[in-house]
Amino acid sequence: MKTEVLRATGITKYFYEPEKFQVLKGIDVQVNKGEFVALVGKSGCGKSTLMYVLSTMDTQYEGELIVAGQKLNDWSQNQLAAFRNQHIGFVFQFHYLLPEFTVLQNIMLPALKLNRWTESEVEERAYTKLKMLGMQDHALKVSAKLSGGQQQRVAIARALINEPDIIMGDEPTGNLDSYNTQLVFDIFKELTDVYHQSIIAVTHDEEFAAKSSRIIEMADGKIIH
Amino acid sequence: MKFTSFKLSAGIAKTQLLSKPRQTLVAMLGVTFGIGMFIALISMMTGLNKLTEDLAMTSSPDIRIYYDISPDRKSIAEFVNQEGLNITHHQKPKNESIKVRNAKQIAEQIRKRPNVKGASILLNSQVFYNYGPVQLNGTIAGVDILEEDKLFDLTHKMKEGRIENLISNPDGIIMGTGLAKKLRAKTGDRVVITTPQGFTQTLKIVGLFQIGIGVVDNTRSYANLSTVQTILQKEKSFITDVNVKLYDYTKAKELAPILQNDFGYKAEDWETANATLLVGAIIRNIITYAVSITLLIVAGFGIYNILNITIHNKMKDIAILKAMGFSGPDVRSIFMIQSLVIGFFGSLMGLIFGFVFSYLISLAPFNGGDIISITHLPVNFNPLFYVIGIVFGVATTANAGYMPSRKAAQVDPIEILRG
Ligand SMILES: Nc1ncnc2c1ncn2[C@@H]1O[C@H](COP(=O)(O)OP(=O)(O)OP(=O)(O)O)[C@@H](O)[C@H]1O
Ligand SMILES: [Mg+2]
Repeated sequence: MKTEVLRATGITKYFYEPEKFQVLKGIDVQVNKGEFVALVGKSGCGKSTLMYVLSTMDTQYEGELIVAGQKLNDWSQNQLAAFRNQHIGFVFQFHYLLPEFTVLQNIMLPALKLNRWTESEVEERAYTKLKMLGMQDHALKVSAKLSGGQQQRVAIARALINEPDIIMGDEPTGNLDSYNTQLVFDIFKELTDVYHQSIIAVTHDEEFAAKSSRIIEMADGKIIH
Repeated sequence: MKFTSFKLSAGIAKTQLLSKPRQTLVAMLGVTFGIGMFIALISMMTGLNKLTEDLAMTSSPDIRIYYDISPDRKSIAEFVNQEGLNITHHQKPKNESIKVRNAKQIAEQIRKRPNVKGASILLNSQVFYNYGPVQLNGTIAGVDILEEDKLFDLTHKMKEGRIENLISNPDGIIMGTGLAKKLRAKTGDRVVITTPQGFTQTLKIVGLFQIGIGVVDNTRSYANLSTVQTILQKEKSFITDVNVKLYDYTKAKELAPILQNDFGYKAEDWETANATLLVGAIIRNIITYAVSITLLIVAGFGIYNILNITIHNKMKDIAILKAMGFSGPDVRSIFMIQSLVIGFFGSLMGLIFGFVFSYLISLAPFNGGDIISITHLPVNFNPLFYVIGIVFGVATTANAGYMPSRKAAQVDPIEILRG
């Protein structure tokens, strides 16, 4: 039986600046456990906007959002922050590590915030994730000193540290060369196949999308495929 | 907020502060300078205030009772022409005696009051001091020297001789050091006293005193009450002043009007008598607080600025922290902690700087000249100033940091991540 980790129903959103404009037009999305869903579509069709809604960071929408079995409409910002911390991992196009912190500290931060494990346990877990991504040798480097591909792998390790129900990515390979794109893709593939991690990621890379378990195509604020 | 969240925010704040040590130090130095100057200024100013107050206290009685010559009296024309409009030009004062009647009994009654440490009677007069060719204007106070000692602790103000010499020497005189110096007279010398009425008398210097205020030491001397009465050719009951000392001198202002009412003579408290000296204290306090607050406000703006710039540069970090699940309050505390740490350590360095600075001031030689006899500036090392300093410093930085921190807490991560 398939377990559902994310279900969004009838997501509708308007932008009012510079003029009223409906960016999402009643979108239904559903992601099962262990699925690797690729979200594709032309530039400006609303993919990023949808991802922000699904990620709980954007609360200005209509429709129903359920993640990890919890209905998230009407939650307060602080509640949603705590929820994201525990249930959702992020990987962005720009890797966004905290530059003054070491690789290890960057990965540990969400887990320290979660406060489920002791600091030494968190460190151990961070090392495990780094090893999985082949980055253990860089653990003590300041994150600003890494290459783009290395930083993205650290960002993935950070997204994984709290064992989230779902990882969300907005063009996670958008800023990488083909070698690193391949690497990130292989990692995602391994995560879903071996660890049954659920992933939903926006991508422009057709190769990347083709290898995912399911493709959702958007056009003009609607899902067409 | 939970302690673990706080600890995490503190850890992030620490890393961010340490990654920009120079910027952090500059922000701290702003506070250090403000607090340091506050400490140095207030220590010096209150030291001076305390000195002037002490001097005022030692040189004047808490309350002085005397006959106040009244300039206003009705002109004879007022009685003659009661209906008309009378203007009298160049009215002269009446020939009034400045004698305080029943002075002994008044002193006796005042001594019975609570809070009264002592009351002494004396006869004050203007005189000329002649020694060789030198003639100086001054005052002579005829006193019961033992009673006077009780009030003003003259024993410890003696530079040469002892106060008891006056008792054994009816013709003796104890002179202010400044006055003796001007006359070039020494203990054992004889000086001639001339009263305003033209009587003269030769008195022998049996001791020298120094109170520390030029106006007293350069003009006054003490003699036996009966001697001065004799010089002035006055009767045995002729007294001009009753001096009162209290256990709590701050009560003088309340008591003076009561005494004035009870005995019908002018009763003047020490604050009124020394108003010119004490006005300086008020001005010094105003300056101290004005300068310190200005410095702190400037330091506060510095911190406000630096924090605003930091937060502006850290927008992406704030957005990513929020995306990872840090709440607004978490983010706010990261930046509040930074400003409080800057404030606390900046103030702490300020306390040290202030202490060292005021210590150096206290070492520097300072000549009070003829006015007050001090060799160094008086500095008041009151621990309370250090408490005020750190509270002020931390409070200022907390205020300066609040607005930028709140702004950071309200950052919308999407706006930043969207690019
Ligand atoms: N804050 C905003 N205010 C107004 N309009 C916006 C805002 N953000 C995005 N839009 C508009 O909404 C539409 C969808 O934007 P979105 O960023 O979701 O597109 P996208 O599918 O992610 O495009 P891309 O593939 O280029 O990243 C675009 O037309 C964009 O101009
Ligand atoms: Mg986009």
